[in-house]
Amino acid sequence: MYSEKVLDHFQNPRNVGEIENPDGVGQAGNPKCGDIMKIYLRVENDVITDIRFKTFGCASAIASSSMATELVKGKTVEEAWNLTNKAVAEALDGLPPVKMHCSVLAEEAIHAAINNYRRNRGLPVWEEESHDELVDHHAHHHG
Amino acid sequence: MSRQVYLDYAATTFTAPEVVSAMTPYFTESFGNPSSIYSFSERNRKAIDAARQKVADVLGATKEEIYFTSGGTEADNWALKGAAWRNRSKGNHVITTKIEHHAVLHTAQFLQENGFDVTFLDVDAEGRISLDDLKKAVTGKTVLVSVMFANNEIGTLQPVAEIGAFCREKGILFHTDAVQATAHVPIDVKAMNIDLLSLSAHKFYGPKGVGALYVRKGVRIDNFMHGGGQERGRRATTENVAGIVGLGAAIELTSGRMKTASARIGGLRDLLVEGVMKTIPHAKLNGAPSGERLPNNANFSFIGIEGETLLLDLDGAGIYGSTGSACSSGSLDPSHVLMAIGLSHEQAHGSLRLTLGEETTEEDIRYVLSTLPGIVKHRREMSPLWEDYLKSIEGGR
Repeated sequence: MYSEKVLDHFQNPRNVGEIENPDGVGQAGNPKCGDIMKIYLRVENDVITDIRFKTFGCASAIASSSMATELVKGKTVEEAWNLTNKAVAEALDGLPPVKMHCSVLAEEAIHAAINNYRRNRGLPVWEEESHDELVDHHAHHHG
Repeated sequence: MSRQVYLDYAATTFTAPEVVSAMTPYFTESFGNPSSIYSFSERNRKAIDAARQKVADVLGATKEEIYFTSGGTEADNWALKGAAWRNRSKGNHVITTKIEHHAVLHTAQFLQENGFDVTFLDVDAEGRISLDDLKKAVTGKTVLVSVMFANNEIGTLQPVAEIGAFCREKGILFHTDAVQATAHVPIDVKAMNIDLLSLSAHKFYGPKGVGALYVRKGVRIDNFMHGGGQERGRRATTENVAGIVGLGAAIELTSGRMKTASARIGGLRDLLVEGVMKTIPHAKLNGAPSGERLPNNANFSFIGIEGETLLLDLDGAGIYGSTGSACSSGSLDPSHVLMAIGLSHEQAHGSLRLTLGEETTEEDIRYVLSTLPGIVKHRREMSPLWEDYLKSIEGGR
């Protein structure tokens, strides 16, 4: 069902934990759907120097969190913002169709954390893109 | 090889070696079609007859009341649709519960789409229906009540004898899905006033793909499988001879050791439950207390973690269980049973069902008890939900 990369990041998740006094923190998902992702950022000179996550959810949610943090660590805030859920899923060698929303969750949590960081800095927030098509697909798929 | 602990006997059991031995001749040597009149097929007719008698003996029925099917799902479909169609001139109301297996639940929904009114009874926090609710739900148009004998997820036993007595008094057909209960807890269809009962061989050490429906003598239901004249014209298709023989051998074997098995397995289950509740903080036992649930069933909720994660971590340790979490079932919603007993989404997503059986040993249970707490702790530590939960209970003080 899962690729080896998904299982690796599920079993040995990278960047788990919290950052004390983070520069940005964001959360996505809800307990009703069974997954919540929380992202903590440390930003120095517009570069994400540290990132930590905590995730409640299935294996693909945990693996997506882990992979997403790996992908944006060391990147500028703008580069991190441009990370798509597809890139997260591809880096994991794919996710089962019913689990694609887990990669969306990672993108959304990072966006929420970046906007929190921008708000803390007094910067205008960036517009978060909707992923209704995937959510719809998800709901449809599950009947 | 590392340790493997199978704790998903409610999903399916292995087929007992003696059952396999009983079945084998009917694949190779005695392969004749039971409907053929020559003497070569006589052995097969007799074998089916003997299996039918074994099922009847365990249920307190007569063999003419037993019809073999392809499994529990077919038996449930036949009972509900057959009884509903047959009686639709009398009324179009069916009563069932919110915690039925999908084989009953989705069949009831199908009836709903086809002109029947269906009442889905609520259950209490332990998963039991109330007789008062049932009595209140009955109308002049009620033709069928279907309440499962024991729940597949939480193991709770229903007050079947009371339901049966009430339905008989009212002249309403009573069906029970006894797929999880048959050969594991005592059943007497006569004393319990059961009109229709579904069972499945692979839940009691028989093969997959074969089950039976008990239809009380005098009860008429429409046919479900149309075709040849097998099963006395009530269920067409060439008999699954080896499967039927296996079902007969398995029900005899398993019900024969019911007392000793349920004492031993129930004791191990209690050990498991006690150990989990003692070593894992904020664990919740779902379902009824020991004695009011299937002896082999344990169902827990661990707030803060998601069931699929738990299953995969347990799998990594060689332990096989199941969960009512949405993520593992391929559905957005967690188990309808866990929601019906009043669990929050968080609790239902964090559920773990462990069901014990013949090969479960005390060593197995001790291994689970030495492994599970660490897994729960590890996954809770990375869960924002657990963090929020801890804050909420601190704040509530």
